[in-house]
Amino acid sequence: MLDIREKSDVIVIGAGHAGCEAALACSRLGLSTVVFTMSADNIAFMPCNPHIGGSSKGHLVREIDALGGEMGKVIDKTFLQSKMLNTSKGPAVHSLRCQADKMEYSKAMRRVLEEQDNLTIKQAEVSEILFEDIEDETLRREGYKRRIIGVKIFSGIIYEAKAVILCTGTYLKSRCLTGEAITYSGPNGLLPSNYLSESLIKAGIELRRFKTGTPARMDGRSIDYSKMSEQFGDTPVIPFSFDTDPKDVQKPQVSCWLTYTNEKTHEIIRQNIDRSPIYAGIIEGVGPRYCPSIEDKVVKFPDHERHQVFVEPEGTYTNEMYIDGMSSSLPEDVQLAMYRTVPGLENCKIVKNAYAIEYDCLCPGQLHPTLEIKDIRGLFSAGQFNGSSGYEEAAAQGLYAGINASMQILGKDYIYIDRSEGYIGVLVDDLVTKENFEPYRMMTSRAEYRLLLRQDNADIRLRKKGYEVGLISEEKYKKLLLKEEQIQMEVDRLKKTVVGANARIQSFMEKNGSSPLKTATSLAELICRPEFNYENIKEIDPDREELPFDVTEQVEITIRYEGYIDRQQRQVEQFKKLESKLIPADIDYDDVSSLRLEARQKLEKFRPVNIGQASRIGGVNPADISVLIIYLDSLRRGQSDEN
Amino acid sequence: MGSVLNNFKDDTICAIATAMSDAGIGIIRVSGKEALQICDGIYVSGKKEHTLLSHDPNTIRFGYICDEDGDNRKIIDEVMISYMKAPHSYTKEDVIEINSHGGMLVMNEILSLLIKKGCRLAEPGEFTKRAFLNGRIDLTKAEAVMDIIGAQNKFALESSRSQLQGSISKEVKAIRKELLYNMAFIESALDDPENYDLTGFPEKLSGVINTVSFKLRKLVSTADEGKIRKEGIKTVIIGKPNAGKSSLLNALYGSERAIVTDIAGTTRDVIEETIRIDDIVLNLVDTAGIRDTDNVIEKIGVDKAKDKIEEADLCLYILDSTSDIDDEDKAIAGLCSNKKTIVILNKNDLTGSIKITKDILPMLFSEREDDNIPVITASLLNGEGIDELKKSIADIFFNGDIAPRQEIYITNLRHKTLLEGSIQSLELVLRGIEDGVSEDFYMVDLTNAYTLLGEIIGEEVGDDLVEEIFSKFCMGK
Repeated sequence: MLDIREKSDVIVIGAGHAGCEAALACSRLGLSTVVFTMSADNIAFMPCNPHIGGSSKGHLVREIDALGGEMGKVIDKTFLQSKMLNTSKGPAVHSLRCQADKMEYSKAMRRVLEEQDNLTIKQAEVSEILFEDIEDETLRREGYKRRIIGVKIFSGIIYEAKAVILCTGTYLKSRCLTGEAITYSGPNGLLPSNYLSESLIKAGIELRRFKTGTPARMDGRSIDYSKMSEQFGDTPVIPFSFDTDPKDVQKPQVSCWLTYTNEKTHEIIRQNIDRSPIYAGIIEGVGPRYCPSIEDKVVKFPDHERHQVFVEPEGTYTNEMYIDGMSSSLPEDVQLAMYRTVPGLENCKIVKNAYAIEYDCLCPGQLHPTLEIKDIRGLFSAGQFNGSSGYEEAAAQGLYAGINASMQILGKDYIYIDRSEGYIGVLVDDLVTKENFEPYRMMTSRAEYRLLLRQDNADIRLRKKGYEVGLISEEKYKKLLLKEEQIQMEVDRLKKTVVGANARIQSFMEKNGSSPLKTATSLAELICRPEFNYENIKEIDPDREELPFDVTEQVEITIRYEGYIDRQQRQVEQFKKLESKLIPADIDYDDVSSLRLEARQKLEKFRPVNIGQASRIGGVNPADISVLIIYLDSLRRGQSDEN
Repeated sequence: MGSVLNNFKDDTICAIATAMSDAGIGIIRVSGKEALQICDGIYVSGKKEHTLLSHDPNTIRFGYICDEDGDNRKIIDEVMISYMKAPHSYTKEDVIEINSHGGMLVMNEILSLLIKKGCRLAEPGEFTKRAFLNGRIDLTKAEAVMDIIGAQNKFALESSRSQLQGSISKEVKAIRKELLYNMAFIESALDDPENYDLTGFPEKLSGVINTVSFKLRKLVSTADEGKIRKEGIKTVIIGKPNAGKSSLLNALYGSERAIVTDIAGTTRDVIEETIRIDDIVLNLVDTAGIRDTDNVIEKIGVDKAKDKIEEADLCLYILDSTSDIDDEDKAIAGLCSNKKTIVILNKNDLTGSIKITKDILPMLFSEREDDNIPVITASLLNGEGIDELKKSIADIFFNGDIAPRQEIYITNLRHKTLLEGSIQSLELVLRGIEDGVSEDFYMVDLTNAYTLLGEIIGEEVGDDLVEEIFSKFCMGK
């Protein structure tokens, strides 16, 4: 037996998008941190699509940035193309998406980790988690049974730590499938992690099997782009990070290409569907409905005559192109035939086959809203291991778990973001409260207060929390306070500044195709008219001071959408009342008479921290909630009577 | 979610506190911060210059409940009203009790008025629950309260079961399905804008919403079914002299199984006699007119007749099938062009001299929007045609069921409130579309309409939307 013991505060298992954010957060908060990776040359690797952001995911990146995470800054340095989606729609659904240079992204993130104080990168396979029983009564009342003490790596060396964060992504007992060909590997031929699962199961953690997939990568020279339509980036480019100077991201961009499948493609898929490992029953894992394979699309939507296919660069270091929209686990021969029916891909050469990947992951109902495993103190988990999908979802959880692990060690208050404060809050709450039966992807429709959760105000929503935990500097926080003040003053000024119905104003109204004023009107009211915005009323607003764009943007949104925003605000107030009713950690649901059996079981399983969370658990109905509230109230009264 | 949030509401609630029957006296209880203000808004004291706000706690006063609509004041009932000031009341909140003359019609009208003024209809057991939460009931009684609230599960189960069989719930489900599809389409387009395009969609959605709103309004009127069941159908009999109005009246009396009260003591003089045929109650308007002259129109004048018809739920229009249609017939038909109408072609026993058949009706009712008028051929003198009339009335008012379904009136009022709320939300969607607001904004109102409708059938929103997106739209690259 090797007798080397290393000590640190935090161990992060995995250096993907979750692991990187977790490790950076902990080390930046002053804790000595070791991050384990199966391959130090593949840190922050993007095994699937080559983009960061997109609808609702772009929001997550902005929130990560607001809290002091790294993803936004790295993509700002390494993007190939940038696009703001949904600009024709309301500001709440505007979403930034960048094509990434995969290699550059990975290298840049690796460099950030390498330059970070308190952080050590270690290439090794963690094979075991180590824990001990908890005797402490207070902790036991909080629901803890064991405490994490460290991990053991494959060589037998033990690393001790106060907290461990599981960020194993798709690597646990993973296997890749291309038709009948099965490889027992992680994504892109990387090593899988084959031992940790058993150790987790031994620790009483419930695992399950999920699946996801990726399309083929093709030799760029074999693609005929003249048959596809070119997709350009935006000019000017808007950066992801609130700290990136917009001037630094204006650069030549690389195009993507759009083409479509057709009936011939679908015919080939239908003829060979029995050779798909999923339809043949070889795959046991559950796949995401959001990222369906092309065979799923063809089977589930038989009336669709075609499906979009985006051809996107993997990076500047290679001519490989990513065939977005056609992930598959069909055998190689079927893949080639199928891809070659697509206009522009008739002579394509596949560098890397499409494949499906299966892996072990956690049933996240076992997690606290802090992303700590409920009964093992100090064991946190984040990312795809928690049953989510996507780089951004992973990074958000990594940051969240990293902060909370640090707060626990430092003896400070946990960070908590609720559903009305951020997409991260929605993501974490959905994961720990709802029973997801497929890899979970963020969507704007999951955020019930999304008019408030915009990508443009992520800093206003969350920077303060980032500052409080210690990831946002005093200087940056003061900058935000100044911005908030400027917004408020300008909104007030526009509401108070009134223009009369005089000839000059009327002619201005006429010139802009707006109906004449009947009485004196405030500038704020004018901005609410569809013909006007903050910019184009400048002419009749001579006292205006020059303000930065991020201020005037907030001013305009605040004024224009006031009615809708107020209504959401009222919904949030109702929501907050439920969230503030806490449920004691040691509640015994068997003591709560009148609860229905199903509700009792579900409450026992999820052990929600507050009434709001309890009300979102499937199978717990409003009457059960009433019962619970009354029980809690009687408990409270009972205690105060005793006192 | 909506009903969960009710647990924390400190808004003002109201409910009928006495049994749901036509008793001599009924009590409506109002509890909450605004109980006094809200009740004051519908109360006029017996003494002038006295308002509820100057009402001493724990006293009872005489006055009137009035529905004021602009300058129009309609007295609904004479009442005794008592005020118990917080915390010296059952719920430890301000409580007002309105002692009315009872009768479901009056009580429900007062209840509706309170809701209009800002009260919320109390959930079952809510007064007791508030009493407990506010510390009025001690711990030893808490168990009993728990049982009451616990029973809600059963109640919810049962009522949702009975709703499942009801036509309202079927319709609500269909409407929700349609809304959900459109919501999912919007969400798909917001989530995957490169794949789903919303160009031209708002116009299409407007069309859908108009249709849906129309259906909901119709539902609101069927939610009134319970009311009509209990309180009867205000019916006016019209027709030219000698067409057979008094024969109809007599035939109705002949088939009557029980005469209900003549509703003396109410402040309204419109309804004069009530006849119950099996489970259908007809409140006949102006029967006196018919008895005296056999000619309502002649006796009370066309204007007055118009008013009577305006107030009625149903017009029974009797034509003498042996005489030709003339201008007077057309004028009468015109009067009831906006009303539910049943045409009775009388004297069909005189087979040789029949001059009017069903075919003539489209010409007679050319002004009507719906041409779906039931026509009954009858020989009223012989009492023939009454069964068919009964069936027609049931078709019009009760979806064909003569026997009432097991529905609680209070549920209906809750339904109605929710239906009206969802109609309002849909109107906000339409306004948003007109104002050119983008989809993600009016989704708020669309979702609200969907949620309210869900509360009617006891379904929470949950993950419906995400499920629908995935099942109907091909998402993701």
